[in-house]
Amino acid sequence: MTAIPATRDITDIVHHPSRRRSPTVAQFRDLCMRGVLFACSLLSIFITFAIIFVLIRESLRFFEMEEVTLSRFFGSTRWSPLISGEIGIWPLVLGTLLVTVIAMVVALPLGLVTAIYLSEYAPRRLRSFLKPTLEILAGIPTVVYGFFALAVITPGLKFFHEGINVFNALSAGIAVGILCFPTVCSLSEDALSAVPRSLRDAAYGLGGTRFDVATKVVVPAALSGLVSAFLLAIARAIGETMIVALAAGGAARMSIDPLSETLTMTGWMVQMATGDASHAGMEYYSMYAVASVLFVMTFGLTVLGNIVRKRFREAYE
Amino acid sequence: MNDRKDLSKRDDDRFADSGGDHRSLAGRHRLDRIFVRFCQATAMLSVVILAVMLVTIFSQGLRGFSWQFLTSSASADPSDAGIGPALFGSMWVCGVCALTSLPIGIATAIFLEEFKPRARLMRWFHSFIQLNISNLAGVPSVVYGIIGLTAFANMFGMFGDPNQPTFEIGAHYYDQYVSKGNRILLIPAENAGSPVPELKTGLVAYTSKGEPVKINVIGRGEETPKDKAIRAVTLKWNDEGGRIIENEWYYFRFPLGRGVLTGGLTLMLVILPIIIIASQESLRAVPYSLREGSLGMGATQWQTVQNVTLPSAIPGIMTGAILAMSRAIGEAAPVLIICGIVYIGSNPSSLMDSFSVMPLQIFDWAQQPSDDFHAVAATGIIVLLSVLLSFNACAVYIRNRTQKPLT
Repeated sequence: MTAIPATRDITDIVHHPSRRRSPTVAQFRDLCMRGVLFACSLLSIFITFAIIFVLIRESLRFFEMEEVTLSRFFGSTRWSPLISGEIGIWPLVLGTLLVTVIAMVVALPLGLVTAIYLSEYAPRRLRSFLKPTLEILAGIPTVVYGFFALAVITPGLKFFHEGINVFNALSAGIAVGILCFPTVCSLSEDALSAVPRSLRDAAYGLGGTRFDVATKVVVPAALSGLVSAFLLAIARAIGETMIVALAAGGAARMSIDPLSETLTMTGWMVQMATGDASHAGMEYYSMYAVASVLFVMTFGLTVLGNIVRKRFREAYE
Repeated sequence: MNDRKDLSKRDDDRFADSGGDHRSLAGRHRLDRIFVRFCQATAMLSVVILAVMLVTIFSQGLRGFSWQFLTSSASADPSDAGIGPALFGSMWVCGVCALTSLPIGIATAIFLEEFKPRARLMRWFHSFIQLNISNLAGVPSVVYGIIGLTAFANMFGMFGDPNQPTFEIGAHYYDQYVSKGNRILLIPAENAGSPVPELKTGLVAYTSKGEPVKINVIGRGEETPKDKAIRAVTLKWNDEGGRIIENEWYYFRFPLGRGVLTGGLTLMLVILPIIIIASQESLRAVPYSLREGSLGMGATQWQTVQNVTLPSAIPGIMTGAILAMSRAIGEAAPVLIICGIVYIGSNPSSLMDSFSVMPLQIFDWAQQPSDDFHAVAATGIIVLLSVLLSFNACAVYIRNRTQKPLT
């Protein structure tokens, strides 16, 4: 640490030219730096407002178009802007929720149980092996998970069920679940290890087994943290893009059959960005309306998750 | 008497009803052992998933891995395809992203951690920024892509169409012709949309090597000259040229268009919350006694930050920053929204050049129906993962090298 050089005499530091400043200059610099830092942190608020502004402005442009009305957007259950101009958002929302539910069925139990194991039972050596594994899994780019879904999960599902489509919601959902699993696990583990040791000791002292302590004491005590972790994971799954773009297919349907193609909201945005749709037409601006719906959903879940963590936290110390 | 008996009986009933607590001790221990085994198996599943993933990728992709793959560009033939321009594109974008997000992110973290205000209004504002950042961290990256497209690439349409920018420096436009002697001739033009000048003998053109020459134009029905030197600069009166652009390295324009700068700035939006949160954590880990020592000696808050807090927090901040950068390198969705899938044949040479990044290239290959391209995608993933792994190794190295207890 350059701050406190031990080898030098203290008088060197005090009389060093860089430090020989009058207090007013130092205070002026302090004030200036405060201003600069404040401006930088204002940027984050500016970004939030920019997101909201862009989404509202461009969505309004979409809804101002002749063939587009709010009632058709929220009232119709068919989505095919390119072919028949049908713009009911619900098939996309349903597709997104389908993939999200499948992902959560995979990620939540897996993540929670692994977190319980890591925080309650795992011997040190195993822990020092499992934690880096989870960190690597969390660091793998989503496009790799998409490739994994196509190259491993779909053929694997085909092995069990012949009639499955090459692109299907199930394999995309499983891949999204694997993607969310490290997130759920590390957030849940944080919540579990925040439960004070004394609670566990008391439960063990009353004769509880490890199972009893984990399920009846630790998990209920950490519930707010766990719920918030789950909400954040759901938000992440809803916003996941590359996996569904690769593995879920491109046909919007109003059904919850996980074995056939599904189009999600993010999948539609990718279709618009990669396709040859003109950059001024109704189809293109529908991207912004879909993005607004997506933003509202994920932002709501994130805010809810933060509130749950703050408000319902049981403080024991 | 009777009442009391009833009461105790009811109590017994209540205990009996309250779940499985009345099982025998042996039963509870058996359940416990089963549960721990189950937990173990589940936890091991993550290792299995990682192993299967790596084995699949390496078994499919290792064959195609060669020096040529690293340098050559994407191609319609899977055996020729390479990741070169995408690799360089990733480096450029990552550089832009690091240069913009690190100063802003660290400054925000310092403001939030070190300059906690006392006034009520400012305190409220402070916690608002904090909440806002944790909410920003949850916004899907594809939404940031849309914001980048509108705010950076098109600049809200304020400066007109990105293909015909209203403001630009460092660009030269030419009309490109092929002469009778099969040489390329470039005739300078005003800008992207200016009319094509009429071809006249004596007009100055440039050869592909950059030498100025005077062109020779032959009219309707005239003979093509026999002399090779003249033929090399001869054009027919009705030849049609194509408008091309040659950029200096400092080429800059408004609106920014779908170039490296837009990509980098958009990824900055994506990783800014991550950098802020990581930097805050490492600033928080600096013991308070150090700050108090500095403040007690009469240093201002900024002097304390500059000389004491920041130097001791830098290793942690660097680790977080490197991990955030590896996130930026692996991010495909925002770049996909900005660039779409386009063929990029060469490395970017200015901040405005169109580009591709590794994950996008991999996405393109993985999307192809043929298995050959899937193998190429796997090879691309190997390159991507090794870049990420070296980043993470750097982070771990810094963490282990500089982590000293400060208390």
